[in-house]
Amino acid sequence: MNIKVMIAGCLALLLLSKASASTLRMAFNADPISLDPHEHLSEGTLQFSHLVFDPLLRWNKQGQFESRLATKWQRLDSRTIRFYLRQNVTFHSGNKFSANDVAYTINRLKISPDFRAMFDTIDSTSIIDDYTIDVHATTPNPLLLNIMTYVFPMDKTFYKDQDQIIKYGETFASRNVSGTGPFTLVSRELGSRMELKRSPAYWDTKSVGNVDQIILTPIRADSTRLAALLSGDVDFIFPISPIDIERTKRASGIQVVTLPSTRILLLHMNQNRREEFQDIRVRKAINLAINQSLIVEKIQKGYATPAGQLSSDRFLGYVKNLKPEYDLAKALELMKEAGYEKGFRISMMAPNNRYLNDEKIAQAISAMLARINITVDLKTLPKAQYFKEFNNKTADIMMLGWLSDTMDSNNLFEFIIACQDVETGFGAYNASEYCNHSIDENIKQANREMNPERRIRLLQQIEQAVYNDSVVVPLYWQQLTWAAKNKVRIQDIVNDQNYPYLGDLVIEDE
Amino acid sequence: MLIFLLRRLIQACFVMIIISVISFAIQGNLGDPIQQMVSVTASQDERNQLRESLGLNDNFINQYWRFAKKAVQGDLGTSFYYKKPVLEVIFQKVPATLELAFCAILLIIFVATPCGVLAAIKPKNPISRLIMIVSSIGLSVPIFIVAIFMVYFFSIEWNVAPSFGRGETTEILGLWESGLFTKDGLSHLLLPSLSLAIALMPIFIRLIRAEMMEVLQSEYIRFAWSKGLSTPRIYFIHALKNTMLPIITVGGIQAGTLVAYTILTETIFQWPGMGFLFMDAVSRVDTPLISAYLIVVGGMFVMTNTLVDLVYGLVNPTVRLASHGI
Repeated sequence: MNIKVMIAGCLALLLLSKASASTLRMAFNADPISLDPHEHLSEGTLQFSHLVFDPLLRWNKQGQFESRLATKWQRLDSRTIRFYLRQNVTFHSGNKFSANDVAYTINRLKISPDFRAMFDTIDSTSIIDDYTIDVHATTPNPLLLNIMTYVFPMDKTFYKDQDQIIKYGETFASRNVSGTGPFTLVSRELGSRMELKRSPAYWDTKSVGNVDQIILTPIRADSTRLAALLSGDVDFIFPISPIDIERTKRASGIQVVTLPSTRILLLHMNQNRREEFQDIRVRKAINLAINQSLIVEKIQKGYATPAGQLSSDRFLGYVKNLKPEYDLAKALELMKEAGYEKGFRISMMAPNNRYLNDEKIAQAISAMLARINITVDLKTLPKAQYFKEFNNKTADIMMLGWLSDTMDSNNLFEFIIACQDVETGFGAYNASEYCNHSIDENIKQANREMNPERRIRLLQQIEQAVYNDSVVVPLYWQQLTWAAKNKVRIQDIVNDQNYPYLGDLVIEDE
Repeated sequence: MLIFLLRRLIQACFVMIIISVISFAIQGNLGDPIQQMVSVTASQDERNQLRESLGLNDNFINQYWRFAKKAVQGDLGTSFYYKKPVLEVIFQKVPATLELAFCAILLIIFVATPCGVLAAIKPKNPISRLIMIVSSIGLSVPIFIVAIFMVYFFSIEWNVAPSFGRGETTEILGLWESGLFTKDGLSHLLLPSLSLAIALMPIFIRLIRAEMMEVLQSEYIRFAWSKGLSTPRIYFIHALKNTMLPIITVGGIQAGTLVAYTILTETIFQWPGMGFLFMDAVSRVDTPLISAYLIVVGGMFVMTNTLVDLVYGLVNPTVRLASHGI
């Protein structure tokens, strides 16, 4: 009798330990603010969307589209794409997924304050049958598919009539969720813990992923997050501060994965505030005096890519021979030519908690500019205050980081380089107040150019023009750094947008 | 006694009004909450609309008056981030902080008192000397360094205690999430409460020692010796009791420091309490939550100090409350 009980107990223990082996405890620096995927366009929201919802299509590691809820798609004309949808997919609520849900979701995206800007380009949808839907753009749009990666079909029957989107408001959709994704939400305590478990009816039975349960804890402090991994309290963390990377790599049983991202850090030189900056020789001199490679090497410990242009090498606008340049002698000469041999005094602002080491980088830049006799009055601010100043353009040089939502160069040009236009939203983050109508024409042209080759040429032309005119100072592209226990095979599921596809994550048996 | 309480109450009201004005006034200067709420692509129109709907465009007096009217009814506003009344959010986190503070205070009492007494009775003893050296190191090393070292040794190197969070909690009477009753919860309490206690322990050790030494010199102790009372009775009943007076006063003031230190400790250990909530609110510019926190903590200050004055009277009946402490 006793022996039987013991054996049963041992078996139960064995089973239990096996079940807990595929639990993923992860600590990221943020958690989604709302369960409503359309309330907030942020990294946290999109990471959550990839867990509980499925997109129509998503990017794979090679930068190509991968089918998810859309099995295939076909461009009917320059304005229309037809999507063929996956059949036999059910939402977590039990409702069946169909073209109605896709149409519903796209219409909802069109009224979401955060996503509206991207989805304005979509005019309407027409449902052909239950599993076929046409998406019509207002104008010929080469980026329609890129935008469709943001469509995570929502359960129409579940949300209907109680689906209002209120920013920072208490709504049905911000408290309840029903998607088709690999995980369902079990519990959530905002700001401290979120628990998900694998959806038993998930359609993607071919997925190699074996994670049954995810416990997400947002940990803000870098050192606490790292300590949690090193002490074995969590399995997977993001991000790691550059100074900790080497140490983490040496820790036994821990792996570090880094990927270059497309987020560019740059400096704006405000030409309305300073007439000196209207002189291209001064702008060129500043570009030459700033040593991007040194910043990356010394401050980011090599975990970033020095930039000589805005588009990362993944983007169509990337021009291969535009490298970051550093030539102090030439910079001094240019300053002399421009009549500013004695230099001048400028103000500069940067955030101190938005980008990795942003404050240190700003200090390094003011030291570099001092060598061409430009005295910098530097002020760094917490991000909450900084972006208010940025909008008001209160300093001569301002720092900005930008990630292209569409994974396309033109998004950078539209927001950062184009002439400011309150109506269209063009140049909303153009704190250089630079305005060049021929570049603007090209940007508009690239927005509707359907011929891939001609479009690449256009984007590269813009990139080249921005370089030739030294409009801004590109600094570097950020890198993303994750760390996990060796048995968690994160290298297969992380990507340069930082939306880990946890549905496909494999945790090996120890 | 009653008069004293009444006076204290009026005083407290004044203090609270001042705190509320200050904490409301800083709201406008912490940064733009709108910026945190919308995505980078939202247009100026949308921003203005949101600003209008949150009432951020009115002048200061109007905004404060609206705030104060609601505040007396117990409504300090709604958190932008949690989408819930701020008091509800704060009170949800109170148990975690109180448990942390409670454990730290226990540690302080049970470690600092014997150490201080020992150092006073036997000042030349090597252990006493060691206590004094360690306590002066403790005074001069900032708490976050202590905490980070503890995490490094106890959780990363030796793996004896978890590095963050509260662990498993149990619900008591349906309103108190407690970590005191599970092994997991207690092990999570270990490092944070220890580092919080270390921050405050040295000052108490030194205070108890100094006071005790002074008391031991006094007439009535010498009289007690000559009367032939037992040694423990002299030390622990007669001397220690009279040592407590200044310690209670300092303790009351230090209650504030304790709250300040919980902010640091909770941030380092990801302890889901009020201090952590406050730091998060600051970085998100969740202004209603920030002011509510300041008001609640201000209220706690006023309360502990009143309590301290009452206890004062119990310990030393010669202090006449009505004439004291205004």
